[in-house]
Amino acid sequence: MSLELRNVDWQAGFKKIITDVTIAVKPGEFLGLIGPNGSGKTTLMSVLGGLRRPSRGDAILDGQALKNIGRRNLAQRIGFVEQQADTIDRITVTEAVSLGRTPYLGLLSPWSQNDDAVVDDALDAVDMRSMKDRMWHTLSGGEKQRVHIARALAQEPEFLLLDEPTNHLDIRHQLGILELVRRLPVTVVAALHDLNHAAMFCDRIAMMDGGKLRAIGTPQDILIPENLRDVFGVSATVEPDDIHPGRCMIRYHAGGANTDVVSDFADIKADIKKDRIA
Amino acid sequence: MIGLLSLAFTNRISATLVALMLLCVTLAFAASVGETAIPMQTVINTIANHVWNAGHEVDVIDAGIVWNYRLSRAVVAASCGASLAVAGAVLQGLLRNALADPYLLGISAGASTGAVSVAILGLGAGVLGLSVGAFIGSLVAFAFVALLSLQAGRGTGAIILAGVAGSQLFNAMTSFIVTKSASAEEARGIMFWLLGNLSGVRWPDVWLALPVAIVGLVICFGYSRALDAFTFGRDSAASLGVPVRRAYVVLIGCAALMTAVMVSIVGSIGFVGLVIPHAARFFVGTRHSALLPVSALIGALFLVCADVFSRMIVPGQVLPIGVITALIGAPAFALILCHGRVLR
Repeated sequence: MSLELRNVDWQAGFKKIITDVTIAVKPGEFLGLIGPNGSGKTTLMSVLGGLRRPSRGDAILDGQALKNIGRRNLAQRIGFVEQQADTIDRITVTEAVSLGRTPYLGLLSPWSQNDDAVVDDALDAVDMRSMKDRMWHTLSGGEKQRVHIARALAQEPEFLLLDEPTNHLDIRHQLGILELVRRLPVTVVAALHDLNHAAMFCDRIAMMDGGKLRAIGTPQDILIPENLRDVFGVSATVEPDDIHPGRCMIRYHAGGANTDVVSDFADIKADIKKDRIA
Repeated sequence: MIGLLSLAFTNRISATLVALMLLCVTLAFAASVGETAIPMQTVINTIANHVWNAGHEVDVIDAGIVWNYRLSRAVVAASCGASLAVAGAVLQGLLRNALADPYLLGISAGASTGAVSVAILGLGAGVLGLSVGAFIGSLVAFAFVALLSLQAGRGTGAIILAGVAGSQLFNAMTSFIVTKSASAEEARGIMFWLLGNLSGVRWPDVWLALPVAIVGLVICFGYSRALDAFTFGRDSAASLGVPVRRAYVVLIGCAALMTAVMVSIVGSIGFVGLVIPHAARFFVGTRHSALLPVSALIGALFLVCADVFSRMIVPGQVLPIGVITALIGAPAFALILCHGRVLR
């Protein structure tokens, strides 16, 4: 059970979005993918999920190139939750989760009791069983995200890929989703925006910068002040988490994002003061 | 009817039987009413005579009207309504756009250009009929739209915008030809054709329309799970194991061909492809395994009835069926829209 990229490029037209990325996902881990906006996180996720083919290099699942594995087969092994997937259709929670059984169904293999059981289990896993008959458009953002994860779980995948699963959620639901995902008995790769969340929940963190994989390792190895400054352009202090060894907490410094601007502003203020006095 | 449908859907086979019976009754009804009312018994006897040589005694003129005019016309109307509704449902599901309809792909615009090229410019030197011209025109326009959307890049937005551009272009060409070359008489004839016209329909048209409708429905039905998987968009469908590109090619191609054949036989009847799928969704929800057959059924029933109205509403004159579909359909749809929340 392994999912890896070897020297992968992906380009849109002539523009390279990701360059020479080599990464191997370890079975059972929660791998976080961090990086500034436009660093290629989403593209990397979709190449890992087999939705996009590498322009160069190989995406490999259990020693076999993704492009040689059929779409259906792939969908039975990798679940993918997009960043924002919504619908105008009037469907229930159960119907949405049932879509996850698509890769197992066909003309000769119609819906069975086993499929019902898998869907119920998936609803249980995300704690949405009690809302199974609710209409999709009546759900809150956090509930919708849970349903999406349940849909991916109904695919009974070995790997679960989540592209910014906590986007647009309030803090309680952000933590709730991540707590839920960490407990799931699958290998998870998640693109995350909040570095503290990555520090709290991930076993390993991969850091993207300008389409390249800058570094990969434990939260404590990756989330160091130098990386935060160079890659994210913020000044911050990192404190070790005494309760959870190997993890850490980040404290950002106000005004640290771009010190030049701040000092310019201070100069102008001083100038105005002088003018007034004069 | 709603109760009937939801009750019947507990069992797929009985639902199919109910649907076919409903369709047959409607067809017989359409053959019975008209300027000269013909008793239902005569209609049934005539059909029995033709289908299994029953040898009933019927009035020859009545039998002629029923079999040669009204029944062939009703069957084509049913095929056409079913095809347009299914094509509309497929495109709405695939492109994730509630306003998608079969004419989005430039087909009706292309058909009109093809038809006027034959009828007014005399293209094809008298060898091509209006229908063949319309069919060729619709395929040319569809090819144009398809190429344009491929050039414009991936995504459903590209297809819709390419369709708008293609439709505008071919509509403009039609207007150009009509205003430049047509006499007032010809212009009126073309106008009538553009709004849909079932008057000239006979049995040979049935043997084209009916198989196309059935085969098209079966192919689309085979993709109903794939269409469901598009609920959350294209990437989501891909991650659910749907061969997205093949589904696009097969389904859009299928919708385009069904529409092109129907338009070339009866002209471009509006409203059906856009609105019937929405009406069907109110009854059976968005699952395509139920939505597609029910769209086909409602589309067929609706167009047969609309055709009856178009023959009856103004005595001594046949109105274009496209006018009727919108005149009856729009208020009917408004009712469904307003009471939709009660129905669900």
